[in-house]
Amino acid sequence: MNYDVIVIGGGPGGLAAAISATENGAHCLIIEREERLGGMLKQCIHDGFGLSRFGERLAGPEYVERFMDKVREENIETSLSTFVTRIERRDGSFEVVTVNSDGVAHHTAKAVVLATGCRERTAKQVFIHGTRPAGVYTAGTAQHFTNRLGVMPTKRCVILGSGDIGLIMARRLTLEGAEVIGVYEINPTPSGLTRNIHQCLHDFDIPLHLSHTVTRVFGKDRLEAVEVCRVDESMKPIPETAERIDCDALIVSVGLIPENEIAESIGVTLDTRTKGPVVDAQLMTSVPGVFSCGNALHVNDLVDFVSASGELAGMNAARFAAAERDEKRFEVGNNLMYFVPQCLDLNADNSKVTYYFRSAKIFGKCRLSLYADGKEIWKKAYPFLRPPEMKELVLDMTKFDISGDTALRWEIEVEE
Amino acid sequence: MKEFNCIVCPRGCLLHAEEQDGEIVVTGNTCIRGHDFAVSELTCPKRSLCSLVKTVFPEAPVLPVKLSCDIPKDRIFDAMDCIKTVVVCERIGRGEVIVPDLLGLGADLISTSDILIRQQIKATL
Repeated sequence: MNYDVIVIGGGPGGLAAAISATENGAHCLIIEREERLGGMLKQCIHDGFGLSRFGERLAGPEYVERFMDKVREENIETSLSTFVTRIERRDGSFEVVTVNSDGVAHHTAKAVVLATGCRERTAKQVFIHGTRPAGVYTAGTAQHFTNRLGVMPTKRCVILGSGDIGLIMARRLTLEGAEVIGVYEINPTPSGLTRNIHQCLHDFDIPLHLSHTVTRVFGKDRLEAVEVCRVDESMKPIPETAERIDCDALIVSVGLIPENEIAESIGVTLDTRTKGPVVDAQLMTSVPGVFSCGNALHVNDLVDFVSASGELAGMNAARFAAAERDEKRFEVGNNLMYFVPQCLDLNADNSKVTYYFRSAKIFGKCRLSLYADGKEIWKKAYPFLRPPEMKELVLDMTKFDISGDTALRWEIEVEE
Repeated sequence: MKEFNCIVCPRGCLLHAEEQDGEIVVTGNTCIRGHDFAVSELTCPKRSLCSLVKTVFPEAPVLPVKLSCDIPKDRIFDAMDCIKTVVVCERIGRGEVIVPDLLGLGADLISTSDILIRQQIKATL
């Protein structure tokens, strides 16, 4: 199938991008690997979403389902339970290869929005030593068990890291009857929002241990205990402070990393600070026609920002796709070696376009002409033209009557 | 004097509240909601509550729910005990009331998701 814009990811960023691209006239497809749209907000059942966007305190599903309703109203095509295996740049478009239970499919799009969200850092990424028992979860996995499957992952747990998802899970597990022994944070300051420290920890008397970390896990099949240590100023554990805590789960909330595997595969330049793509004000990456938004671009702390960036990326992807349709390629006559730029974007500001050209051979008195559908619409006389001497030309292209199906041609003609 | 963070919005202002001549004086807030929150914290602290109820539908074993308004903080676990006994047997949509006036607290238990009426698929890990 051919589309103007393909959005990869059906979370809050991708949904906002698809809606905005559609509203800006693009034929759009959303590709989502899960069986249901909504991304992580499906499992964020707590409230506090949408305060700045809707002026309401919504639960995660309520927030994202407003966008899902809009996707349905606008009849935006969605491909669920579908993975993108490859994107290839074709001449002026992208081929997106997907796989799902129906098999492999090839789609083309003039623009792509990467709304792939982010991944959680794991226990191994923060160098926790020991055995590999069951019971070591990222906060998002614990949240999936609790809030989507309705299965409790723990009876008595330790939480490592004071990121917002960890704090939210501390409250959630406590409400469901689990014992949260404490939250351990390696930094001297909490990394989650202050309000979450208050309403998720203080309200339930869950202790927060700053400058502490988990150094070891114990247990064969199931986690039996963890070792926690105080750390010094350089964040190195102080062995004398080691303490063993019996628990059946360790929940790790130690940060998020933008997910950009697909972006990297098509040569998108990443920023080492954000771990997301380098973008311009239109949220376009270093690959023209590829846009990035939401947590794939940089990790946001509020979903309201994710939606806003999705809308911006979607709108600009639609404009890019539409603009490309109006991209006219000049025909260049045989008396010219080359003529740059080769194309004219009819949607852009063409009031002052600079062109560069060289003649194919040495000409005496001659003229450069622009033909529209075979009729000369502009000319300039030159006493001579030589291939080694590049010529510069500034033209107001808006004074010409050029439409989408006008054939444009540059040519040099020798004057008698 | 009491010092605590406002939880009304993500800004999380550090509030100071103290009683002077029978009146509660609040500083540190940047809006009226912060003032109201501080007064409520000192008189009758209230919290919102979001949770899940069980369903009879295998593709969506739990349904996200919330209370329609804040309830006293010290009744949160009573409310949870009640919510844990609820089983939803009908395919209800977002915003529909599951239990009116839960425990006489003046708050309705309402669904926060359309998961039972849209895209009936199974949640998997």
